[in-house]
Amino acid sequence: MNNILSVKSLTKTYGHQIGCNDISFDLHEGEVIGVVGESGSGKSTLLSCLAGRLKVDKGSIKFKSRTDVKEELTEITEVRRRYLSRTDWAFVHQNPRDGLRMDISAGGNITERLMALGQRNYSSLRSKALNWLSKVEISTERIDDNPTTFSGGMQQRLQIARNLITEPRLIFMDEPTGGLDVSVQAKLLDLLRKIVIGLNLSVIIVTHDLGVVRLLADRLIVMKSGEVVETGLTDQVLDDPQHEYTQLLVSSVLQF
Amino acid sequence: MLKSQKNKYTKEDPLEHDEYNFAYLDEQTKRMIRRAILKAIAIPGYQVPFSSREMPMPYGWGTGGVQVTASCLCPTDTLKVIDQGADDTTNAVSIRKFFEKTANINTTDDTNSASIIQTRHRIPEEPLKEGQILIYQVPIPEPLRFLEPRETETRIMHALEEYGLMHVKLYEDITKHGHISTAYAYPIKVEERYVMDPSPIPKFDNPKMHNNEALQLFGAGREQRIYAIPPYTKVISLDFEDYPFEPMKAEAICSICGSNSSYLDEIIVNDKGDKNYICSDTNYCEKRK
Repeated sequence: MNNILSVKSLTKTYGHQIGCNDISFDLHEGEVIGVVGESGSGKSTLLSCLAGRLKVDKGSIKFKSRTDVKEELTEITEVRRRYLSRTDWAFVHQNPRDGLRMDISAGGNITERLMALGQRNYSSLRSKALNWLSKVEISTERIDDNPTTFSGGMQQRLQIARNLITEPRLIFMDEPTGGLDVSVQAKLLDLLRKIVIGLNLSVIIVTHDLGVVRLLADRLIVMKSGEVVETGLTDQVLDDPQHEYTQLLVSSVLQF
Repeated sequence: MLKSQKNKYTKEDPLEHDEYNFAYLDEQTKRMIRRAILKAIAIPGYQVPFSSREMPMPYGWGTGGVQVTASCLCPTDTLKVIDQGADDTTNAVSIRKFFEKTANINTTDDTNSASIIQTRHRIPEEPLKEGQILIYQVPIPEPLRFLEPRETETRIMHALEEYGLMHVKLYEDITKHGHISTAYAYPIKVEERYVMDPSPIPKFDNPKMHNNEALQLFGAGREQRIYAIPPYTKVISLDFEDYPFEPMKAEAICSICGSNSSYLDEIIVNDKGDKNYICSDTNYCEKRK
């Protein structure tokens, strides 16, 4: 199978508290998986475990690198993990302040990863920054402005540009549209969809907004109390929910 | 004062300096600091933690440098102390007096005849030679501090050689000012491994650190760190391919000695704002007069 990520029986506990329990799934290349569930259901724990931000208690996470080698993420060194996390992976935070350097200009934010990889040509860094600004629909005149002067939606788009400049293959998103007003959300989703499809990215997106997954995700994982209660194609799960919690979740969405 | 001189006061009154252990610090402390220094020399540019002592002077006056000097001093040493290049400023005078009193050693203003030079913010103009030790006073040893406030994180960054952030700072400089405007404490890479803060010396002095014949030691008292550049070590100032590192000095000559190659201080001479430039290295200037 063409899996970029295979997760087997992943378990993480906080003392007696269960973070996420016995979770298994595969992520194919170019696929978008949505993880939905209420607050405290373990979706963010799952995401942090996958991205190596939390230590896993049990289970395995296999990642296929650019050279087609399967790497066991629970066993790789810190050096390798940090290298992967600034080249092959991207992590889009809910709050752009967590993912951006607020006192560094937009251009500096976008090109930080390239400089970390050893690029030392100012003019070429700058033209790459300009290119990415226009890709995420931020006016190129704003390249030297600090993100503090940006609106919430612009900050989120800047965070995406900063993450995608190294052309990562696996993107983790933690509520990327949270805290934005609906029209900005729609614009951002539109942009995300364009980029994800255009670059054939594999994405795991955690959200409690069913509208977001309806638009972006190919498949859904529904979580409750640290366990997966239902999986399936997005439309299938949303249109014909089997588990009672999923039914509740779907019926809770306001209809217009 | 060109030739070395004994401190007459302590000479005539041995009791006065017998109240202190040689060079103020007790022997165990000096051993501890020497171990840190040896480790620092073994890993050029790496910041070695040490248990810094209270010194009889405030932080920011060179407590780190003083502890390193105290641990390096032998009774036969000749000490020179400079502050911004000058031998006669408050900081330099106080520290020189401190060691005259507590170690009863010879002191000098002459760069060439000093075996140990403690400095604040300058490297002497006269080239240093083998056997000499240059000891810097360091306020903030961590070059990444203002970019990444977490010490836990900066340590990992050093360990894993993640120095991209340092170039983000230089990028910002060029973006805001059209050139790398960092004029002092300009970040360097030592022996192609550790990125290091050279202490707040002007970037004019950076090239002197490269392949220097003398041993260079750095002491940060408040931050409790010691680091070192051994003799003949490769030291490179960070830059961009299209914005290379450039040492910088005032476009003028010294109004006392006429030197056009030394680092100059700007002196405002009257209320109209007229300026004069003089060498910041007073000993160098004196010798040329």
